[in-house]
Amino acid sequence: MLDIRGLTASIGDKSILRGIDLVVPDGEVHAIMGPNGSGKSTLGYVLSGREDYTVTGGSVTFNGIDLLSLEPEARAAAGVFLAFQAPIELPGVNNANFLRTALNAIRRAHGESELDAMQFLKVARVETKRLSMPDDMLKRNVNVGFSGGEKKRNEVLQMALLRPKLAILDETDSGLDIDALKIVADGVNALRSPTFSALVITHHQRLLDHLVPNRVHVLAHGRIIRSGGPELARELEKTGYAGVLAEAA
Amino acid sequence: MSATAEILDSVQSSYKWGFETDIEMDLAPKGLNEDIIRLISARKEEPLWMLEYRLKAFAAWLKMEEPDWARVDHPPIDYQDLHYYAAPKKKAGPKSLDEVDPELLKMYEKLGIPLKERAILAGVEPDPNERPQIAVDAVFDSVSVATTFRETLSKVGVIFCPISEAVRDHPDLVREYLGSVVPVADNYFSALNAAVFTDGSFVYIPKGVRCPMELSTYFRINARNTGQFERTLIIAEAGAHVSYLEGCTAPQRDENQLHAAVVELIAMDDATIKYSTVQNWYPGDADGKGGIYNFVTKRGACRGDRSKISWTQVETGSAITWKYPSCVLIGEDSVGEFYSVAVTTNHQQADTGTKMIHVGKGSSSTIVSKGISAGKSNNTYRGLVRILPSAAGARNHTQCDSLLIGDECGAHTVPYIESRNRTAKVEHEATTSKIAEDQLFYCRQRGLSEEDAVNLIVNGFCKEVLKELPMEFAVEAQKLLAVSLEGSVG
Repeated sequence: MLDIRGLTASIGDKSILRGIDLVVPDGEVHAIMGPNGSGKSTLGYVLSGREDYTVTGGSVTFNGIDLLSLEPEARAAAGVFLAFQAPIELPGVNNANFLRTALNAIRRAHGESELDAMQFLKVARVETKRLSMPDDMLKRNVNVGFSGGEKKRNEVLQMALLRPKLAILDETDSGLDIDALKIVADGVNALRSPTFSALVITHHQRLLDHLVPNRVHVLAHGRIIRSGGPELARELEKTGYAGVLAEAA
Repeated sequence: MSATAEILDSVQSSYKWGFETDIEMDLAPKGLNEDIIRLISARKEEPLWMLEYRLKAFAAWLKMEEPDWARVDHPPIDYQDLHYYAAPKKKAGPKSLDEVDPELLKMYEKLGIPLKERAILAGVEPDPNERPQIAVDAVFDSVSVATTFRETLSKVGVIFCPISEAVRDHPDLVREYLGSVVPVADNYFSALNAAVFTDGSFVYIPKGVRCPMELSTYFRINARNTGQFERTLIIAEAGAHVSYLEGCTAPQRDENQLHAAVVELIAMDDATIKYSTVQNWYPGDADGKGGIYNFVTKRGACRGDRSKISWTQVETGSAITWKYPSCVLIGEDSVGEFYSVAVTTNHQQADTGTKMIHVGKGSSSTIVSKGISAGKSNNTYRGLVRILPSAAGARNHTQCDSLLIGDECGAHTVPYIESRNRTAKVEHEATTSKIAEDQLFYCRQRGLSEEDAVNLIVNGFCKEVLKELPMEFAVEAQKLLAVSLEGSVG
């Protein structure tokens, strides 16, 4: 279970998160919506430990551990996965090698044996097939020359392989066509289990048609101003954020 | 993140080859003069022409001045304060491994250098999982202490022996080619080397022969206050192929030691020479104390049509590296290649690159240089591409990439391009980048430690060069990059 209490964070002098309270029970998918600049991506970065942000107050407990005290790699080992809004390119680094290094790092942290290249490829090919990704995606350099859709699918592939306990998807649906959107949603749905939860940051109801959330939260000015069931997302799609913002003001 | 002290500690202890071997040495008195040169020549039982060659070089050197154009900085070197000859006392030039001092064998074992020839059973297929066979010439201070697989090689006519032996046993070849690519007075350090060189390897591949195994030389400096002056000469006759590797290490000491080598390659029609280096001389400590001055002249002559010389180097060691492996492309359609990774950390300085001199019609060259600077180090690429009027249709492509780790290091690119033929095509690309925070974060978010992330990114950056190395070496080189950069982020 993810338990965020009174979380505040800033970048430089600028305070971005101004007191987030949010509980995501095991097995649930929560959607985070809200206007641009409201702090949605920052929340993802702060939870995964990006050093550009300073946590100025509050606490985050994840399955009983103090998440904020851990290095990013230790958070990853604890099961936190961030699907990047703009996945990073690693020139010259083969995607399969990258994924295997990451998977083995996580396996090592769990005291599991590492996979050799052959074992890894076997596992990886099952996932690429399921995600309708061409096999050569594993041979190419990490995100280099990938289309927007390929980059997002590569994030979902990583998530499928690393099997996180908490997945944070930062606008993974943006820029995707309907088919790709469905693949992303299926990728998350396939992981759904009583020990998996997800925070889905999105602007669009259409992702939530395929990936039905337990709860929807609206983030504005660094605070959650409204929470509700899946119907809240449909309401926002119709009325925009203006109504909710005015109500909260 | 690790504490600063911890990082410093890991940097200082990361040179695993810094041990010293205690062995009784035959040491020439300190100093450089004609008598010392006569002594070296006598120790090597050289013919008179070789001594004369040395003395001529010494006379030339006395009139020359140390070059100062490189972007490196060091206190003046006292050439009279060095031993120019140091050899293990027991036996000079043993004929078989059984005669090599067991202390030395132990040292090579510790360094991971295979000096034992594996027995080859007739009719048995080699196990593909076993390491491929590599012939090794092991040079310890001023002498070659062992050369393996000589018999196997001689069956196909390949000569692989210490150069001091070649001077005695193959004088015609040595006289014809020694100094023919790097003339005695080419530069200050090549002149010094010509006067006092002690050992190195000699390779001769006869016409049409593809050398059946990788050849390699392993250089080890062990004695205190000595300079190592290696000399290597490789000749590939028409249609011959050879791949040659060199590696080097030295004990960890507070004083600087000089390594001034000269390597000459000669490729005739359709011949190919691939020369790979993994240079791992002691780089000095975290404060820049100690380390090897690596002042080296390497040059290959593509004399024949369609001949090819390819240099690949991974330079991680040495306090100062001054080195420009070059190709003189004389033959028509001859090919020169230079692939380089140079890593500098702490206070290391590297000024390295290449020269491609296009003489022949249709000659082509490729330069790929990857410089990685960390700590307070300075890393310079210096390259010359010269197209002579005769080189119609010549082509060059140069790619120079620099990667910075931290903000106290420097990367410099100094390309010189001179084209005197209008049909030539010369391209130069250069980039400088920093390991981006977002790349590191991306890797760490996936569970990689910061060091593993840096390794992955650096290895990706160097991939084009590393893939040019023979398989075995590529793996070693990757590990070496990891060790060299240990603790450079934090």
